[in-house]
Amino acid sequence: MTMTRTRPGDDTAAATPSEIVLDVDGLSVEYAGAGAPVRACTDVTFQLRRGEILGVVGESGSGKSTLITALTRLQRPPAVTTSGHVVFHPQSGEPGIDLVPLKPRALRALRWTSLSIVLQSAMDALNPVMRLGAQFVDVLRVHDRSMSNAAAWEEARRLLGLVGISADRARSYPHELSGGMRQRATIALALACRPELVVMDEPTTAVDVVMQRQILAQVLRLRREFGFAVVFVTHDLSLLLELADRIAVMYAGRIVELASAEDLYRTPLHPYTRGLRDSFPPLHAPVTRLEGIPGSPPDLRALPAGCPFAPRCPAVMDRCRDILPPLLSHGDPDSPDARSVACHLHDEELIP
Amino acid sequence: MTAPVLEAIDVAKHFAVANSLGDSSVVRAVEGASIRLEPGRITAVVGESGSGKTTLARILARFYEPTSGVIRLDGVPVAGDGIRKRAVQKAYRKDVQLIFQDPFGSLNPLHRVRHNLERAVRLHHHGRSKAALEERVTSLLERVSLTPASDYVDKFPHELSGGQRQRVVIARALAVEPRVLLGDEPISMLDVSIRLEMLNLLDTLRREDGLALLYITHDIASARYLCDDIVVMYAGQMVEAGPKDAVISSPQHPYTKLLVESSPDPHRDVAADRDEIFGAADELGEPPSLIDPPSGCRFHPRCPFAMEKCTTTPPPRAQLGDGRWADCWLHEEGRADELSGSTMTELITRKLTEERR
Amino acid sequence: MKYDLFGNGKVTFGVVVLGFFVLLAILGPWFTSTVLGLDARANDISAISSPPSAAHPLGTTQFGQDVLAQVVEGARGSMFVGFLGAIVGTVISILVGVPAGYFGGTTGNALNFLTNLFLVMPVLPLIFVLAGYLQGTGLVMIAFIIGVFGWAGGARTLRAQAMSVSNRDFVQAMRMLGESNRRLIFTEVMPHLYGWIASMFLGGLIGAVMAEAGLAFLGVSDSSAISWGTMIQAAQQQSAVLRGLWWWFVPPGLCIALVGTAAALINFGVDELANPKLRSGSRRVAKRTAAIRRTALAPEGV
Repeated sequence: MTMTRTRPGDDTAAATPSEIVLDVDGLSVEYAGAGAPVRACTDVTFQLRRGEILGVVGESGSGKSTLITALTRLQRPPAVTTSGHVVFHPQSGEPGIDLVPLKPRALRALRWTSLSIVLQSAMDALNPVMRLGAQFVDVLRVHDRSMSNAAAWEEARRLLGLVGISADRARSYPHELSGGMRQRATIALALACRPELVVMDEPTTAVDVVMQRQILAQVLRLRREFGFAVVFVTHDLSLLLELADRIAVMYAGRIVELASAEDLYRTPLHPYTRGLRDSFPPLHAPVTRLEGIPGSPPDLRALPAGCPFAPRCPAVMDRCRDILPPLLSHGDPDSPDARSVACHLHDEELIP
Repeated sequence: MTAPVLEAIDVAKHFAVANSLGDSSVVRAVEGASIRLEPGRITAVVGESGSGKTTLARILARFYEPTSGVIRLDGVPVAGDGIRKRAVQKAYRKDVQLIFQDPFGSLNPLHRVRHNLERAVRLHHHGRSKAALEERVTSLLERVSLTPASDYVDKFPHELSGGQRQRVVIARALAVEPRVLLGDEPISMLDVSIRLEMLNLLDTLRREDGLALLYITHDIASARYLCDDIVVMYAGQMVEAGPKDAVISSPQHPYTKLLVESSPDPHRDVAADRDEIFGAADELGEPPSLIDPPSGCRFHPRCPFAMEKCTTTPPPRAQLGDGRWADCWLHEEGRADELSGSTMTELITRKLTEERR
Repeated sequence: MKYDLFGNGKVTFGVVVLGFFVLLAILGPWFTSTVLGLDARANDISAISSPPSAAHPLGTTQFGQDVLAQVVEGARGSMFVGFLGAIVGTVISILVGVPAGYFGGTTGNALNFLTNLFLVMPVLPLIFVLAGYLQGTGLVMIAFIIGVFGWAGGARTLRAQAMSVSNRDFVQAMRMLGESNRRLIFTEVMPHLYGWIASMFLGGLIGAVMAEAGLAFLGVSDSSAISWGTMIQAAQQQSAVLRGLWWWFVPPGLCIALVGTAAALINFGVDELANPKLRSGSRRVAKRTAAIRRTALAPEGV
């Protein structure tokens, strides 16, 4: 089976609402700690297309983990969504559902069947005192009450087989599996009810590079089969460049650039994106001295007035220190190749 | 070849572990490892978690006594049979320092930066005057680019960013004026954008102070950026070593090849098809248990080239010139050219489909 | 990072009450004898077992002794035993527990064995045997006995904590620099245990006050000394409960309960200091979060 990389441009029509699986609009999240509230996520807006892999990359304090917990409503106090919408559009064409104000009961109905989550630590997602297969059976039968026990076990074995875990492992306990196998089992578990959207929070950070490659190859194959969309969060841009269709770069709680993986690599528009790209030494190309990005990520409790990246930016201008650049479309906003950036360097191109 | 400052010859470390029933078994964390660190050179040890690379660093830092083998500092044995531990310990600490992986864990949250640096200076240079001590602390902070030093010296660790903390950790290690620095994944817990600065700092220390550096990492691209030589470890053993570019561009051991091909490289031609990059990398296998490692070559259960011999006899070390060697039967058998052909993913998939038939 | 220990009422109340009793123990006897003109040991034959009155605000005992003066005098005895017992117990548990956790190996195992031995020892019978053997059991001796038999639980806690701190990277890093074990224990490990030690000390204080009362009740006490324990014991011997002489045994009992409550309340605060998860502050934050969420959602909800 050969299938070329699905680029947004492959679709003839521009994205219509039915092609959007998740519409995030103006999402802001605050931490209501002891002192003044801290904004960890500010005005995040993006659309996830059906079957797409959207990478979200950022460093510590960029708000990417906050974004994930807000998207999936897994956040706990003191984190709180203060504004914005996260609208999920089911494939069936029913009207979109805003997840932000959704009642817990309605939310539970969506979990697994429409929206599922893979976390960094597989041990957190698997119940240590239950056999692996039994956990699949649990999930399957809760969401499909007509399913018989035997059929559910059969399905559990099939799902484990999809991620290369042999059927006899279904009767193992999680601690009897290696770390890589556990992570694969978690992915299979997340896919048990054929969700339309899977959110993955650093799913391969705890495993080694060879296992990482193995897991990602499986995710890609399963996505071809099932057609789910993925939001893939990581700090490793080099990985996303190989894996994702589009990449959103986060800095200090905001998306600063959103573009296709290829555009982001070849022509990064935001100086931060460029710096991040050049922070990965090449594996094969000639080695030259690289500088990374001087300075450290900002303190969210004391953000500068203008662009939060200004203190570290090599191309900083006067207005950067005073005016926060908004995230604006670059090029034709209706084209599927649309990209956006939040940087004053590109102001002129936007103003006709 | 210059004389090594620090040298480990055929060291091994076994840990006894007891399970809940009280049965004890032996974990062979490191076996038959030899490494030489020369002044002004950086050697990388690359491997996955559980490959024994951290254990090796801790043996060299003398946290662990090696189960067997010899460690020599300036040609004088410091570990091995019949050597008094305490007598050599203090002198050893002055010459060899270890940098931990976690900059958040390796500074006591209750002590200021000053405490850490002053203790380190005092321990090995007694009787300095207050002014001399202050001057030394300032110059150490400047050495790791924490300037102006007065901004940092009275801070607590929680007031510093991850990169600044790791700089303080490095400054503390430098305070004793060591000749060997062992870095146990010193950048893996730092933000991506500041990792390069840390690598550049280590490079400066090597060039300007002639430090001998051991760089332990799982990130082969950063090893290539910083180091001169690379040693690849798998399941507690060293499987290949040599100059970095040679090792990465033409691996001479199947495991090295797998590791290089699996590492993300953002600068590989992005036009390449995503499915081509990941391909059928579904089944690449996993490292074995170190309690009961496979007989013969430890990589043979995963190796697409595996022969009868590989399952029974450990491979001999093939010297390939220019300081390169690899522990693989392919060289003995004259099949080494097969390593430059298809990718490991293809080879493993082909082998698996044949087996299934 | 700073946590306000007095930020909640519990700790403040505990400190005030405990402080009151400490002051009472130090200054009280002087106050009663000079200002009120009462003597804890004097027998007022004109008022035997009399209920509270103007002359004797808390009444008198079977022997015509003033109960208020005895309670004040008894505070000195009980608090003395409490503090000394807690100090002895805490010091022993530090000396045994911290090295046991820090060194591990043979040293650690030996010290751990000692701890376990004291944990499973039948303490009460042993105290009787010891008290009988030592004959004259003054308050100092009682305090020492309580401390010597009561440290094992604390030592176990400290051992576990010291072990976890000692294995952290910063201790390893300082050892790598060549720091001596002594300095590693005192400057790197011990400061992380202060919260535990403080909480153990307060626990020990309650325990010692209660143990003293209990031992006195069972007859192991210094007959010439006055403490809350000896008061209750005397009341019991004269069947005060059956005879309805409540003013004899309620005040000392209440004092013991108050000291215990006060120390426990302070302990809650110290525990919250050592373990942020227990902080009531986080409950406040949770409430606040919920409030912000309600406001944020209000437009949609209405």
